[in-house]
Amino acid sequence: MSDHEYTPSSKFGKWFNDRLPLLTLANHLTDYPTPKNLNYWWTFGGILTFCLITQIVTGLVLAMHYIAHADMAFSSVEHIMRDVNYGWLLRYVHANGASMFFLAVYIHIFRSLFYGSYKSPREIIWILGIIIYLLMMAAAFMGYVLPWGQMSFWGATVITNLFSAIPLVGESITTWLWGGYSVDNPTLTRFFTLHYLIPFLILGLVVLHIWALHVPGNNNPVGIDIKKPSKDTVPFHPYIVIKDAFALLMFCIVFAMFVFYQPNILGHADNYIEADPLVTPAHIVPEWYLLPFYAILRSVPDKLMGVVAMLSAILILAALPWLDTSKVRSAVFRPLFRQFYWILVADVLILGYVGAMPAEGLYLLIARVATAYYFAHFLIILPVLGWKEKTTPLPLSITEPVLGGSPNLAAVRSDEKIEKTIK
Amino acid sequence: MRKLKNIFFVLIFSVIVLNSSNSAEKSTPFLETKWTFKGLFGKFDRASLQRGYQVYTEVCASCHSMKYLTYRNLAEKGGPEFSEAEAKAIAASFEVTDGPDSTGEMFVRPAKLSDKFVMPYANEQEAKAANGGAYPPDMSVLVKARKGGADYIYSLLLGYSEPPEGVELDDGVYYNKYMYGNKIKMPAPLSDDLIEYTDGTKATAEQMSKDVTNFLMWSAEPHLEQRHKTGFRVIAYLIILTVLVYFTMKKIWSRVESKV
Repeated sequence: MSDHEYTPSSKFGKWFNDRLPLLTLANHLTDYPTPKNLNYWWTFGGILTFCLITQIVTGLVLAMHYIAHADMAFSSVEHIMRDVNYGWLLRYVHANGASMFFLAVYIHIFRSLFYGSYKSPREIIWILGIIIYLLMMAAAFMGYVLPWGQMSFWGATVITNLFSAIPLVGESITTWLWGGYSVDNPTLTRFFTLHYLIPFLILGLVVLHIWALHVPGNNNPVGIDIKKPSKDTVPFHPYIVIKDAFALLMFCIVFAMFVFYQPNILGHADNYIEADPLVTPAHIVPEWYLLPFYAILRSVPDKLMGVVAMLSAILILAALPWLDTSKVRSAVFRPLFRQFYWILVADVLILGYVGAMPAEGLYLLIARVATAYYFAHFLIILPVLGWKEKTTPLPLSITEPVLGGSPNLAAVRSDEKIEKTIK
Repeated sequence: MRKLKNIFFVLIFSVIVLNSSNSAEKSTPFLETKWTFKGLFGKFDRASLQRGYQVYTEVCASCHSMKYLTYRNLAEKGGPEFSEAEAKAIAASFEVTDGPDSTGEMFVRPAKLSDKFVMPYANEQEAKAANGGAYPPDMSVLVKARKGGADYIYSLLLGYSEPPEGVELDDGVYYNKYMYGNKIKMPAPLSDDLIEYTDGTKATAEQMSKDVTNFLMWSAEPHLEQRHKTGFRVIAYLIILTVLVYFTMKKIWSRVESKV
């Protein structure tokens, strides 16, 4: 994919590379021309890779000590916390790691939304990303079931029961998923198997995601196509590597603060009570990262339509490259879109907040309005905005705004400067 | 644009503030006491843990099990740190059923360090039958299983009072202002001078509540001290490394006319 052919210097290297071009791949990854104006919101791709690897490694060791059985799961987790060497560390890293993973993925997604990274020619990268996100939610949900606490059990009951809303075959599907007539041991063992499998599917999709990214190359804050390699780009190594490393370390500091000083703050106290099918908790709430979708689910009075709305809320994202009709990628040059973008961010946060509250009275009303707005943003606002909005002029290259500092937006916006560049 | 952003943050902030003030209105604020295990270098008060164990074993243990604890834990680092001899003596004061022996018979022997804490009841059904239908929860991870954690447990132990006017209580139900729904089936477990501390500390209800809550916090988080110690080192290491990487990054990026 790089512009020049790579030849290894050593004889063995050449021999090997002719048979398996790993060295060519390594060379491509090092030289990969990257826009030099990428800001820190672009470092979350690397951070997410780190999160995935962390989850796989800690999960692997935890699985050596965990027992997937309804009678023993809870006590095996306590065994990990008490008697396994550094078991407490492994478990807290894994549990908080899931939250950090979602925090990073939400930033990654909203970065993409702001800078229009989903637009042509990057639609496949975007859709692969949505599939990864869906699989992450499945993995996280099943992982939360494994400790077999009260929230594990009742969360699993609520979510699997959603399938019973499907007309005609719903009940049968639910029974099939459970492997019985309620959430029980067979459910736990299959969730464990799937929880172990999904991360490797995600890993494979991440490889495709990055592969697809390396075809057109990175988008950038200015959102224009750039020549590669050129004055607008820097080689991935060492420039982007060191920057990603710096951002990753900052991220790890936050991560460590949760793990070592507030390891249970993101979880629910009820999950330290062993699962009891006869006692329903007062409020059944999912983990924080699923709350916006939980709010959408509950805001629709009909069960089936609620499930449809919740699924559509995620799947609608896959159609985003075609729903957003604007040719301009970056929100930097789209004054109206920028405002609607921030309203959408607020809308999703509000959905998350009401998702944690009981579905009644004012909360329910807010959830309904926010749900309606969420869909309106994608189905009405974005298409119309693309046709109506008057965008500000785009620069010809990113070198212009980059000169003498970070993207100088004032300079980019002023028409005088642009004219000078054109001359 | 900037204005909109400001409005946005004000909105978020007000939602958070409104929420916290809302929830504070709904439930009684917990009693305040100083916990030594909180904070960056938080550690357990060793003497308090030992007294807490005494409260547990002389008072709580008649109804509440602690099935994830082992007698050896009492001598482990970061816990009450009884000497091994003391822990052995504590274990030996309990009897466990073991076996079968070579003749196929079960037998009773004194507990060893490797035995789990002896349970007050044989099973959940027996526990319920003995306590008017309410199951005294296992206390091993109780602090983590309740919203509010140690503060909640401490307040609950001291939160008993006569019910206010108009609140009707059935037989065997007690009024506690910190309990969910204010009704609890456990009678007030602690009162002044209920036990006599071996170290001579005056056994007030507050003192016993604090000691036993400390003990329960340790039982829920036996590696808390190690966690705080490791955490401080990890974060200090990360901060130093981050600073070094930052300057390296600046140096590398100085080769191109672009800021990072």
